Amino acid sequence: MYEQFKAKAEGVGAEVHRFARETEALEFLRALLKTEGTAQAGGPVAVWAPGALRDGAGKVLLSLPGITGAVTREAAAGARIGISEVDWALADTGTLVQDQSAPEQRLVSSLTELHVAILRSGTILSDKLALLSKIDPRKSRYIAFITGPSRTADIERVLTIGVHGPKRVLILCIDETGVAA
Amino acid sequence: MKREFKESITRAVNNANLTGALGKFSEAYKVNRAKAYEGMDFEALRGTIADRKAYAASHLDEMAERFTANAEAAGAKVFRTSDPAAVKEYILKVARENGVKSVVKSKSMATEEIHLNAFLEANGIEVGETDLGEWIIQLAGQKPSHMVMPAIHMTKEEVAELFSKEVDERLSSDIPRLVEVARQELRSKFLKAEMGISGGNIAVADTGSIVLMTNEGNARLVTTLPKVHIALVGIEKFVEKFEDVVPVLTALPRSATAQLLTSYVSIITGPTENDDGSRKELHIILMDNRRSEMARDPKFKQALQCIRCGSCLNVCPIFRLVGGHVFGSVYTGGIGTILTAWFEELKKSDDIQGLCIQCGNCKEVCPGKLDIPEMIMEIRRRLVAEQGTSLAQKAIFGVVNNRKLFHGMLRAASIAGKAFTSGSFIRHLPLFLSDLTETRSLPAIAAEPFRDRFARIEQPKGCPEKAVFYAGCLIDFAYPEMGASLVKILNKAGIEVVFPQEQTCCGAPALYNGAWDVAAQNAADNIDALRADEATYVVSACPTCTVALNHEFGKTLETAGRTEWLEKAKVLAEKTVDFSTLVKRLVDAGRLTLKEGNELGKITYHDSCHLKRTLRVSEEPRELLQKAGYQVAEMFECDTCCGMGGSYSMKLPEISAPILQRKLHNIKETGAPLVAMDCPGCVLQIRGGFDREGSKVEVRHTAELLAEQVE
Repeated sequence: MYEQFKAKAEGVGAEVHRFARETEALEFLRALLKTEGTAQAGGPVAVWAPGALRDGAGKVLLSLPGITGAVTREAAAGARIGISEVDWALADTGTLVQDQSAPEQRLVSSLTELHVAILRSGTILSDKLALLSKIDPRKSRYIAFITGPSRTADIERVLTIGVHGPKRVLILCIDETGVAA
Repeated sequence: MKREFKESITRAVNNANLTGALGKFSEAYKVNRAKAYEGMDFEALRGTIADRKAYAASHLDEMAERFTANAEAAGAKVFRTSDPAAVKEYILKVARENGVKSVVKSKSMATEEIHLNAFLEANGIEVGETDLGEWIIQLAGQKPSHMVMPAIHMTKEEVAELFSKEVDERLSSDIPRLVEVARQELRSKFLKAEMGISGGNIAVADTGSIVLMTNEGNARLVTTLPKVHIALVGIEKFVEKFEDVVPVLTALPRSATAQLLTSYVSIITGPTENDDGSRKELHIILMDNRRSEMARDPKFKQALQCIRCGSCLNVCPIFRLVGGHVFGSVYTGGIGTILTAWFEELKKSDDIQGLCIQCGNCKEVCPGKLDIPEMIMEIRRRLVAEQGTSLAQKAIFGVVNNRKLFHGMLRAASIAGKAFTSGSFIRHLPLFLSDLTETRSLPAIAAEPFRDRFARIEQPKGCPEKAVFYAGCLIDFAYPEMGASLVKILNKAGIEVVFPQEQTCCGAPALYNGAWDVAAQNAADNIDALRADEATYVVSACPTCTVALNHEFGKTLETAGRTEWLEKAKVLAEKTVDFSTLVKRLVDAGRLTLKEGNELGKITYHDSCHLKRTLRVSEEPRELLQKAGYQVAEMFECDTCCGMGGSYSMKLPEISAPILQRKLHNIKETGAPLVAMDCPGCVLQIRGGFDREGSKVEVRHTAELLAEQVE
């Protein structure tokens, strides 16, 4: 399932990395934050919306300079990187699925240029049909599907990335089951 | 057709940017769409969609009530109205109550339908379209030219020009740079807007959810940043159950842009929190605007199965030449013609319905299983019923309904036409008729029609079976040699051919012009003349005639209320078969043998619209030609219309001509010296085209080629 998901997600321009353990993913994230810009005048470089990893083993990263867990509109609009922890993925289309009823989840994944999506390998489902029994619109007011970066072909049908949403989607897929999950 | 309309067509077909962009897109689309649906059962998928959407459309009140109850239980405010003016007033009222000065919108055809932007702006509210294509259109002060790709008619240079003015900076036409400018400009609009307006791709009755799909991500910002969100949803967007969302999500992106899924899908059920902790105000407007009236109309209720993917535009050979603007309304293309006739008024579709050449491409790909050509025919019929046919047409159809007079005139034309004839072609006609011969020569009327020649054909005695030959006007009066070929072939298989002299026009010209009463009389006359019950087969070498005999006669007579003919029409329909299908059967049964071992060289085959898409015949003629010793080299777009379309090529020569040019080009590209087809109408168009340009490519009916190769 992971291989199909990876192939499809990469097919629409997302980048997919796989880690056996949370700690490895956090190391990757730490290095990413370092290379993707530490110095930024004013607000934070990265915003991380609430999630099991952030509030668990990932807490240490929040104390780094330039990264914040306090996701406001201003912080997200100014940041380059948005991190969120998604609930499901669909292998047949390379899609991430998340209950984004909390606005922070949308802010980090729509206003920033680079969206880092943390996914658990065990939550990759085959397709939309398999997802149906897992989600309930009565309980989740804003269910979001994300398939690759923001794109447009509105000028001369030329595919161009990053018109309103993220220009890059980086998926960190962790095999280890999250504590809260 | 009105002069301004004709002029807008001429402008469009001569706009190289437009036809270039649309042409390139349509070619890529065909390949990419097929790839997007790879490994899927498209027929099953669209069966499900048609089913679920038809259910919702036939229970609109119930859907609206359930949706309202569920959305309101989740905290949304739902406003249902049939009146576009009430929609606008409601939105203005909500805007005033919330002190709204600026609005951001994600793409919504429903708001275009009611001209919402102009209304809000007139009331002092700034409106920003945020879909890139829509924003370009808004800056240019134009209408969208395509449902999914609103600015497909514009070049990057034109966009750079518009953006330069907007940001007061000289911009180059570098597309990524232009997109970045749009990102920056629109981001500030998003952040300051107090209200977001969206459409809705799907509305789920059981849960009160609306589903929004975008690639750019603008709908996510429209529904997240402003504190008020209004979704305007046409009530054709209903599905009953949450699981019904899946087939629509599966088909819509594949059919619209050949994507497996749009970058973003949002399923919104009730208001969420705003980022300052306050609760969002969510209003959902359910707009009718004649949709429920449409749902009650037996001929048009299927239009509510449309999921607005625009694939009918993407595969239309006419649309790719003229684009959306000639339609003069918000909705364009085949589906646009139908929606305009309803949402505006029937009369408004008078000119644009004539753009449809009835090739049937759109019906093949529609994920909602809409029969768009049939609905356009119904519009024609109603227009004729409402305002009558033009005097000129009346005169023509009067003649067609009088066989003796009609055939007498055709015979006279054979003599009168001589003045313009060179060889077997009419190469030019005087004055106002000259358009007809500008891009293709017309066949000269045969000196001896098939009906006279038939008597001199000697047939073998004692054939075990009998076939009635229905010639149709073109074979009878222009190409009698095709009829002679058919007789020769069937005789070899032990079938005696009879030719009832009372047979007349199949009625297709009248039918395709909305004159159903004329077509019904043609149907009755032919049923009477052909006496199908006395033969094993009724065979025709013209697919349009075959379709008339085995698909249309019954429907036409029923619509005209002449039910006493239905039983006989059914007998005729059951016996009717097209030439290639019958011959293939005879060859397979060992009753007919083609000469073995011949190497006849390269040939290419043109699929005629009615043969391929109504009669579902495409392999039979190819297999027969191959068996006879030809090597079939497929041409690009082999099943795209040649632009003939009966009287279409005479009414709209400015569209028919470029379609023909494309066909001629594709034929020549194969390098084959010979092209075969099963329709005398296509022969007329394509042979005339090659004659006009002085090409040596030979154009033949399959019957003529096979007649040379039967043992």
